[in-house]
Amino acid sequence: MRIQSVEELQTLHQNNQPLLALRRAEAYVGQERIIMVCGGTGCHSAQSKELKEALAEKIKEHNLEALVDVKATGCFGFCAEGPIIRVFPDDVFYVKVTPEDAEDIIVEHMKGGKPVERLLFTEPSINEKVPTMHDISFYKKQLRIALRNCGIIDPEEIDEYIAAEGYLALAKVFGMEPEAVTKLMTDSGLRGRGGAGFPTGMKWEATRRAAGDQKYIICNADEGDPGAFMDRSLLEGDPHSIIEAMAIAGYAIGADTGYVYIRAEYPLAIERLEIAIKQARERGLLGENILGSGFNFDVLIKYGAGAFVCGEETALMRSIEGMRGEPFNKTVFPSERGLWGKPTSTNNVETFANVPIIVNKGADWYNSIGTATSKGTKVFALGGKVSNVGLVEVPMGTTLRELVYDIGGGIPNDRALKAVQTGGPSGGCIPTEFLDTPIDYESLQSIGSMMGSGGMIVLDEDDCMVNIAKFYLEFTCEESCGKCTPCRIGTTRLLEMLEKITSGKGTLEDLDKLQELSEVVIDSSLCGLGKTAPNPIVSTIKYFRDEYEAHIVDQTCPAHVCKDLLQIVITDKCIGCTKCSRVCPVDAIEGSVKQLHVIDQETCIKCEACISACPVNAIIMQ
Amino acid sequence: MSCNCSQGSENKELFNELGEFISSLPEQNESSLIQVLHRAQHIFGYLPREVQTYVAQKLNIPVARVYGVVSFYSYFTDTPRGEYVVQVCMGTGCFVKGSGKVLEAFEKSLNLKSGETSDDLKFTLSGVRCVGACGLAPVVIINEKVYGHVQSEDVESIIENHLVETLS
Repeated sequence: MRIQSVEELQTLHQNNQPLLALRRAEAYVGQERIIMVCGGTGCHSAQSKELKEALAEKIKEHNLEALVDVKATGCFGFCAEGPIIRVFPDDVFYVKVTPEDAEDIIVEHMKGGKPVERLLFTEPSINEKVPTMHDISFYKKQLRIALRNCGIIDPEEIDEYIAAEGYLALAKVFGMEPEAVTKLMTDSGLRGRGGAGFPTGMKWEATRRAAGDQKYIICNADEGDPGAFMDRSLLEGDPHSIIEAMAIAGYAIGADTGYVYIRAEYPLAIERLEIAIKQARERGLLGENILGSGFNFDVLIKYGAGAFVCGEETALMRSIEGMRGEPFNKTVFPSERGLWGKPTSTNNVETFANVPIIVNKGADWYNSIGTATSKGTKVFALGGKVSNVGLVEVPMGTTLRELVYDIGGGIPNDRALKAVQTGGPSGGCIPTEFLDTPIDYESLQSIGSMMGSGGMIVLDEDDCMVNIAKFYLEFTCEESCGKCTPCRIGTTRLLEMLEKITSGKGTLEDLDKLQELSEVVIDSSLCGLGKTAPNPIVSTIKYFRDEYEAHIVDQTCPAHVCKDLLQIVITDKCIGCTKCSRVCPVDAIEGSVKQLHVIDQETCIKCEACISACPVNAIIMQ
Repeated sequence: MSCNCSQGSENKELFNELGEFISSLPEQNESSLIQVLHRAQHIFGYLPREVQTYVAQKLNIPVARVYGVVSFYSYFTDTPRGEYVVQVCMGTGCFVKGSGKVLEAFEKSLNLKSGETSDDLKFTLSGVRCVGACGLAPVVIINEKVYGHVQSEDVESIIENHLVETLS
């Protein structure tokens, strides 16, 4: 079982090629087929496990076990259309598949050789069925580097990962000096994908140079940004690539231990990671004297416990040490004194996912992709008011317009795009005038937002920008650890002012105060959480000041969201059925049978009971 | 005199289980605290004062340190949770698709505020941070079961169906 040397690994890589042969076949060759079922969280929640079991059962029932295999794989990214399955070698892509569809897939496709037409994706722009993944517009502009193995290999099979060049990068670095490895990362231009964009090679080199016998590698998998799930998908879909990259980093900086700090709320990712670590240890790819190189490295898992601030590296280290996750002043960088006072390099999951392929393909290949300052690709969790919700990976420099319209399929229900929110609670809202800005770290910052970990929420005309800012402040206010005053008190006061405005009690003076206090919190907070918490306010005031003024001066919420500024009214669609007046708990509705009813605004408590009771949708909020 | 009631002996077994877990750890000190609390909450369902005191003694640290950690992290709770834990995702993807209204509907239907547990320990209601299933937004999770594309008018039937399914 244990792989003793680099040569043995290379032989195994060759011998394992048949495992992926069907999935790589260019043309249809015979009757053998493999069905890959998405096992990512989105599809998993939509019964993909039951689907896989149903398919396996049908294969047995129709005596096709020798010809057809079914396997789980990582996220395909097209979550809105899940559960998704992909059939090889004829490369057929099915969407919204339920366990009940298993019979048709086995009989019509596996036995009959003809794809099940009704399960193919319908391309909305041409209103035609599209059978293969690459022809779907959602995938056309994508370039999957970090997600290269998701949807291809079974994450619970180390042999499949080895067949897909797995651990060959680790073997390769054993032939290099550690310094050459950090230089390779610097030359590739890889920057931290957790949000701040610090050059990975520089971080590794600083930790490599730091004095100390004991050093640590940390993988930051505490993905707390609401609306972002790329780290989770990577850990679920390709856990070995993260383990391999951590070992490479360990070799480069001289660490023998790596910690994965992962959210306890990600049970599936934890399970897949545990399986992968166990397999890697059994094969001798973790542990002592890896591949006969003399290098020792092991990976341990540490659970987070639901604190957003622990995504900040110094807070994260405190948490691994068993304490409250409070950040500390970086008077000395963690590369000098980090975890337990030892030199430590912390990198994000997506950053690590890029490492093995950079080692295999070289720095020049990687830095030929992207923009002048931001190299490679970025994974975004595209969500909100967009047709194709899902995980997308695009080269840096792709524009927001391409993401929202070409890949995302535009805004559903004929609504108009209002803004795109990037960077989560630390980021900002980008208005439509910047749709053609190429996305990279610098350009997003220059328009008042940030890359962040890659959450990208599309907002339409039904979203109130003041309310969105309030939503994020509620989040940061609750998640502030309380250690430093500007963040603890500052975010609370900011939130209070926003609440005042959304309830119609704000003044124009509050707008100035909001801006002034935002600047103070940004300038004086201890860690990244506080320093970026006011960004959603600053960017919405900058680009959507008219909406704030409408709340304050006109006492209206233009998007009809803020309840205190709205009235419930009965339109002339009313048929006078009296249902509304019977459910009203405060008797605010008057009117006789078959007559138009009227709501007394003074008495109404806006409980909306009448809206749900009305059989003809005559009652609206405006 | 020792307590002979069944709850007492059951409790003793639970403490023994936790004790064995702690003994099996390579290090019995503060660095294992969060790991121990995760296991303790798994065993007891929540972290009452006695459990926190027990953990403090075993790891040889002040109880205040243990409480400081328990109260800091939202995953830990020192009050019991209901048999059915209803979690409404309040991540941004779900929020812009109306999860706030879904949470309100649950509050009304279960007569609980977000974060509260019913007196009969049947239901706990909470709004949670992103569960990473944005393709299904708005998402509600009851115990392990995930409900996708939930609208406020679906709330009553979800509660009823869930109870019927789990009871059968």
